[in-house]
Amino acid sequence: MPTNLKPVPVRRAALPAASGRTLSYVEAVREAADLEMARDAAVVLFGLDVDDPKAIQGTTRGLLEKYGPDRVFGTPLSEDAMAGVAVGMALAGLRPIHVHIRMDFLMLAMNQLVNVAAKCRYMYGGRVSVPLVVRAMIGKSWGQGAQHSQGLYSFFMHVPGLKVVAPSTPYDAKGCLAAAVRDDNPVLYVEHRLLHFQSGPVPEGEYTVLPGRARVTAVGEDVTIVGISQMQMECLAAHRYLEVIGVRAEVIDPIWLSPLDMDSIAASVEKTGRLLVVDNGWVTCGAGAEIVAQVAERLMAVRDVRVRRMGFAPVTCPTTPGLEALYYPNARTIAAAARDLVEGRETGWLPEEKPDLQCVEFKGPF
Amino acid sequence: MYERLYRSLYRIRRVEEEIARAYPGDQIKSPVHLSIGQEAVSVGVCEALRPDDVVFGSYRGHALYLAKGGSLNEMTAELYGKAGGCSRGKGGSMHLIDPEAGVMGTSAVVGTTIPNAVGYAYAFRYGGPLAPRAANGSTAVPREEGSKATRGASGPPSSTAVVASFFGDGATEEGVFAESLNFAALKQLPILFVCENNQYAIHTHQSRRQGSLAICERARAHGVPAERIEDNDVLRLFERTQDVVAQIRDGQGPYFFEVMTYRWQEHVGPGQDYRLGYRTEEEARPWMENDQVSRLAALVEPGCRAQIEAEIEEEVAAAFAHAKACPFPDAQELYTDVFKEAQHAH
Ligand SMILES: Cc1ncc(C[n+]2csc(CCOP(=O)(O)OP(=O)(O)O)c2C)c(N)n1
Ligand SMILES: [Mg+2]
Repeated sequence: MPTNLKPVPVRRAALPAASGRTLSYVEAVREAADLEMARDAAVVLFGLDVDDPKAIQGTTRGLLEKYGPDRVFGTPLSEDAMAGVAVGMALAGLRPIHVHIRMDFLMLAMNQLVNVAAKCRYMYGGRVSVPLVVRAMIGKSWGQGAQHSQGLYSFFMHVPGLKVVAPSTPYDAKGCLAAAVRDDNPVLYVEHRLLHFQSGPVPEGEYTVLPGRARVTAVGEDVTIVGISQMQMECLAAHRYLEVIGVRAEVIDPIWLSPLDMDSIAASVEKTGRLLVVDNGWVTCGAGAEIVAQVAERLMAVRDVRVRRMGFAPVTCPTTPGLEALYYPNARTIAAAARDLVEGRETGWLPEEKPDLQCVEFKGPF
Repeated sequence: MYERLYRSLYRIRRVEEEIARAYPGDQIKSPVHLSIGQEAVSVGVCEALRPDDVVFGSYRGHALYLAKGGSLNEMTAELYGKAGGCSRGKGGSMHLIDPEAGVMGTSAVVGTTIPNAVGYAYAFRYGGPLAPRAANGSTAVPREEGSKATRGASGPPSSTAVVASFFGDGATEEGVFAESLNFAALKQLPILFVCENNQYAIHTHQSRRQGSLAICERARAHGVPAERIEDNDVLRLFERTQDVVAQIRDGQGPYFFEVMTYRWQEHVGPGQDYRLGYRTEEEARPWMENDQVSRLAALVEPGCRAQIEAEIEEEVAAAFAHAKACPFPDAQELYTDVFKEAQHAH
């Protein structure tokens, strides 16, 4: 399957202008599931409401009709047991995709994911494997609030035996889901509700975006900005705010958080000497902490590096719009932090808001 | 029939007695939860299962593993932490597995394997016979290797194999127990739930933990037919399992046994624990007088019995010698099997 063996190209280069097909993130996820289910009868897909009229924002639409209720089904409200059922299926040789409409709900499935799925292969001496995909969505804006907004993937990055991926474009959404389904290990596939609304080039047919390869999404020399999940969009907008003042930021999308492509990130920081990681979760013990620590370990003897982490404010997500807006980093605050890093001082600069650089907002009811 | 049951019961008893005897030597560096007194539950059920049926259990899993045909040599080596162990020395007594024998895992977190067993049953019912079972030449259709779309979208035919899920009375208090029963009933899965009710969770009696002691009622409330087997009765359990498993194979959905039994030894470790005062020897006595190993011994013709016992003594001695002789895993094994590496390109 030679096409899939090629290294992941730089995104901009990869975007297939030739075919010109544009899909939404939602359609890309749906198409990946469809192709994988067609390709391998062992793939089953289930979760709360995957078969209801809304079909998980459309990401599961049509799959029930095509593959039948044995392979596509809505479940009882039993996150714990259904995660355990998924593990049992995987031990038996099926390749389940378990869908959670909110990442917050994964907390009810922690035991099976951390104590069982992650452990089986090692604690049984390599005699079994758990080819399981867990799709989980992060909510944001329009009052999602305390329990519908959390980005908790760093919990899973902490645990050996789990892989974690957080694609930010339709192209990667499709390729990463295919790679996750084909992976023989448990993979947490992190989606962001705001990314669902994004469109982008997506080739037809099968392809994979393999674990452990980041993508440089904008080339620059002055500062490296790593943006995770939906923060990648904010970072690309920040890149443009910075352009205006002559700061050339290199933006990186890690795509896979576990395994992390530290070679690409460290190589960039070796060039720029400044690293800003913008996480889609809290900063303490987060993905950004891990990235910064690894860069520090690698570059300690190589060059001086200035680092900064951004993420959710260290509070519970509020619902009232004014406070909610302050809770998240955005393109302007990211640009400001990047400039401060480059200049090595607090400049107090905050770019004037540009309407064309505003990220999409979500409108309710949900 | 009696010979078969006796052989399995006696073998498990002797293995665990030897574990208890060897334990103070401190070469078994693994917490052991012995099933001495409870062997009848695993034996009564497993003797009525087929080789391609699958079981899941708990940390108190030696009896289940052996009753289902797990390799004794690999189990002893596992307890000694050796590379020849069923989990390469990396799982210990609480994480036994033997896919070739249909033992698909035991867990140290109470209740945890119940939904795994349900998921496996789903695969049998709707996903067809699958990879692990192919190893012992069962009826399994080997899963397609590689990534070509040769299996089509409809999937292979389903299996008539069943799953048995073993857990303690304490596990029925975990939320996942209720969730798992509900899903098994909803999908009419081929699974037999086996609650080994020894009345204790560590040192706490069931009556101090459960508002209603009627565990079977709870199973029925979820739509799973249930029945209680009294007195650790291995013959009755064996007989009932044969009938019930035939029904399950026939597509009649899940079934539930609550088997009344009693643990003779301490919760964890090789010895006894009456000194702790949470239970009395008077309470234990009737269970010991009703020992199912002795009961079956009396039903087997003496010459045959002597032969069974001699064979088992030899096998057990050899298994412990094997475990001691096995090498420990190499240092680099610390890092192996965290992930399954890709066998082929994506
Ligand atoms: C989720 C969880 N909670 C607590 C424990 C500690 N623990 C170990 S064994 C046990 C008792 C379980 O009793 P039961 O299910 O009746 O099984 P038995 O030991 O009697 O075979 C407890 C509470 C655990 N291992 N897992
Ligand atoms: Mg108990």
